[in-house]
Amino acid sequence: MNEIPQLVQGNAACAAGAIAAGCRFYAGYPITPSSEIAEGMARRLPAAGGVFVQMEDEIASLAAVIGASLGGLRAMTATSGPGFSLMQEHIGFAAMAEVPCVIVNVMRGGPSTGLPTSPSQGDLMQVRWGTHGDVPSLVLTPASVAEVYELTVAAFALAERFRTPVVVLYDEMIAHMREEAVLPAVPDGGVPGRRRPAVPPARYRPYEPDADGVAPMADFGSGYRFHVTGLAHDDRGYPTQDARTADAHQRRRLDKIASYESLVAPVRGLRLDDAEVAIVACGSAARAAEEAVGEARRRGIRAGLLRPVVLWPFPDESVRRAAASVKALVVAEMNLGQITREVERAAGGRVPVVPCCRADGELIEPEQILASVESLCPAGARVS
Amino acid sequence: MSDIRRFLRPAQMPHILCPGCSHGIVAGALLRAIDRLDAEQGSVAVVAGIGCSSRLVGSLDFCTLHTTHGRAPAFATGLKLARPDLRVIVLTGDGDGLAIGGNHLIHAARRNIDLTCVLFNNEVYGMTGGQLAPTTPSGGTTTTSPYGNVEAPFDACRLMAAAGATFVGRGLAYEPVVLEDLFTRGLRHPGFAFIEVISDCPEFYGRYNGLGSPTAMLYAQKRAAAAIDAPLASGASTFLHESDPAPAAGPVETGVLVDIERPEFGARVRALAAGGKGR
Repeated sequence: MNEIPQLVQGNAACAAGAIAAGCRFYAGYPITPSSEIAEGMARRLPAAGGVFVQMEDEIASLAAVIGASLGGLRAMTATSGPGFSLMQEHIGFAAMAEVPCVIVNVMRGGPSTGLPTSPSQGDLMQVRWGTHGDVPSLVLTPASVAEVYELTVAAFALAERFRTPVVVLYDEMIAHMREEAVLPAVPDGGVPGRRRPAVPPARYRPYEPDADGVAPMADFGSGYRFHVTGLAHDDRGYPTQDARTADAHQRRRLDKIASYESLVAPVRGLRLDDAEVAIVACGSAARAAEEAVGEARRRGIRAGLLRPVVLWPFPDESVRRAAASVKALVVAEMNLGQITREVERAAGGRVPVVPCCRADGELIEPEQILASVESLCPAGARVS
Repeated sequence: MSDIRRFLRPAQMPHILCPGCSHGIVAGALLRAIDRLDAEQGSVAVVAGIGCSSRLVGSLDFCTLHTTHGRAPAFATGLKLARPDLRVIVLTGDGDGLAIGGNHLIHAARRNIDLTCVLFNNEVYGMTGGQLAPTTPSGGTTTTSPYGNVEAPFDACRLMAAAGATFVGRGLAYEPVVLEDLFTRGLRHPGFAFIEVISDCPEFYGRYNGLGSPTAMLYAQKRAAAAIDAPLASGASTFLHESDPAPAAGPVETGVLVDIERPEFGARVRALAAGGKGR
């Protein structure tokens, strides 16, 4: 790893980012188009002093990751749609039991087995609402190989900081694409570990939060004996049916991630300052949208791009700001309109929101997005 | 022997088991076996799934992990690989371990990871109110087999032996002293140790099948296991309280059924790092 640009595959960058962030445990199950991450971790982890294990399915993979994290290791798994569906049970468990972990979902065409070798953005809502109950959600959406590396590192920082599962979400195209990227070394301490208890074992309560809502976390086997359960529990981790206790922890788990923006800037914009039309897109769709912005500008349309890098929590404020200054919003996504509704909600009816969707296993193309933009700006109304 | 009450969490009492349930006897034997190890209390981790037996974990004062239905062996695998210094025990039931979690159980056995897995077999889903389990005897009445079970039950020990468990034993709640020995051997075994315990559910199985009082059910365990240590190879295998009109012949095998050595999974994983793989 160094500052020299190299030709890197997206999934290879993900494995490199994980190792650089201090990930020392990987459990996974083979699935296209994410398998290169497992293969990379299987090759690299022994030398890093870590553990790789191929589990019997994706349910077991995330279970093993949670077990390893409770033992004190930074831990990760990677999968694609069908496997991500199976992982929902343990995403909920990790959120409920507040166990840091990183889950990479390399999207392919769905539903079901779908289009295994094709890109898609079909999981943008599942990643938020897939598990039952109300859970905090931190989801990062890289749009380039370099960003896969950067945001995988960031995912570990967020998971450790907030004691919660974090998802890195990208698609088959970015996973298998090779492009020039700088993979900067992560300095020692660059990804701070989870907060440790300041009290002796006899006074430790694993779910007694500090002022920011995050409770210090001890490792199993560190002298602190405590209970971890997926049942609603009190500060001590003991199951409870008490409505007030359940409610307090439920709300705390959602609220504790509020300061995530201090670790990752949630959106990256392109030419939004004077834009009359803003395209909202993430991941692969944002790459096509970037191209469309350039072409629209050449044609006299002041277009811009609003690109969520943190997809969840949804960047409401950024969308609101854009909606206040543009005439229309175009939402480009490789599904049949999942994020469009979020954008409509955030825009609050201030401007028209136009969906620009593709879900046939092919990449959305700049021309399709450009056509949506042009439809909003008749030729006569353009600046020269 | 020191006081095993130090292994219990007073804040979690009273426990949630029904009157007459055998699980407490089994848990007591397990705690006495843990006590015999002289292990530091904080170096013991107990991982459990969902169900009556799994729910015991909250009452035990170790590092305890109450997971999802059937998945305890997978959580335990991750924990043990991350922390080989911990002694990791898995508590599961017949529904948890053999139905929804059957896949995780057989793969833990296949890998021969150093876990001690105790499966409480009460032949029924107790926590959810008495539904059919993969261990319910043929003909047995449950809330979801109201006309008698038309399926065949699993033999958990044979399943585990075939999957590659290097220690397999079966004991009875009726014999807590023998159980304690069995658990002690399982805990000291360097690899995947599986111990099935026949433990009764008078509330949701006995009552529906006319098996009498909790004590009568315990005595029945003893009668069914008349030939203790019958070898697995003899083919003699059946389950307790057989209510089929034509019950299978032969007693339930108890005691140590498999005790072999095979390289332990975690040690092999760590050898990759020590051997410089990937450098």
